[in-house]
Amino acid sequence: MNKDEYKKLVTKHSPKEPRLKNILVAFFVGGTVGFIGEFLIFILQESFGMSVSLAGIWTCLIIIGASSLLTALGFFDNWVSKCKCGLIIPTTGFAHSVTSSALDYKKDGLITGLGSNFFKLAGSVILYGIISSFILVIVRVVIGG
Amino acid sequence: MNFLLAFLFAGSLCAIAQVILDNTKLTPGHITSIYTVMGAFLSFLGIYDNLISKFGAGATSLISNFGHMLYSSALQGYQEEGLLGIFTNMLTKSSAAITGAIVFAFLIAIVFKPKD
Repeated sequence: MNKDEYKKLVTKHSPKEPRLKNILVAFFVGGTVGFIGEFLIFILQESFGMSVSLAGIWTCLIIIGASSLLTALGFFDNWVSKCKCGLIIPTTGFAHSVTSSALDYKKDGLITGLGSNFFKLAGSVILYGIISSFILVIVRVVIGG
Repeated sequence: MNFLLAFLFAGSLCAIAQVILDNTKLTPGHITSIYTVMGAFLSFLGIYDNLISKFGAGATSLISNFGHMLYSSALQGYQEEGLLGIFTNMLTKSSAAITGAIVFAFLIAIVFKPKD
């Protein structure tokens, strides 16, 4: 058996990812996060008389706090592996990555473990977000004056 | 109606991300970074503010909103204070999200033990 035949055999027998199911799950879970966000904004506006922007910031903090807590309680890792992008793309994914790396590296000490690995996964989001925004503002200034 | 629009928009973007994840070799880390940059780019084109006014939390609860907040506060800083304003204002709007994530994650990591 040569390499190509072996490759074919492996792809034939490796379990197929249920792609359609993944997409539907991501759609419903991600949509639910958006729905919960909108619902929280509505509740905060109605019952505390907040402005939309203030309610938005509180909602963001509530979602981040809730997903950090759920990560620490051990629920979130399971949910992320099942729902994938439904929980990775919303702000929940950011909070999850920070909390899980903080928990995982705590055993290596507060500075060399938790501290230096804190932004292991979320770091690239912050880095490329700031770099791209900086470049785009410069472009905008050069074009628009 | 607002709730339905928020649901549909957030759901669709997550579904698109799932299609990318399943059909390419990109990891979730790549995709969140791409979405952040995309958010900044949509904000650059002036689209993201319209998305937020139409879809509300459907647009603000996604990671792409992070890029939008970075770009819009950097631009606002430039308009108010010039070049230095880009540096001093870049993180103003996203401060709540970053500080919130750091504080919650740190306190929780101190209190809880990792589950395995």
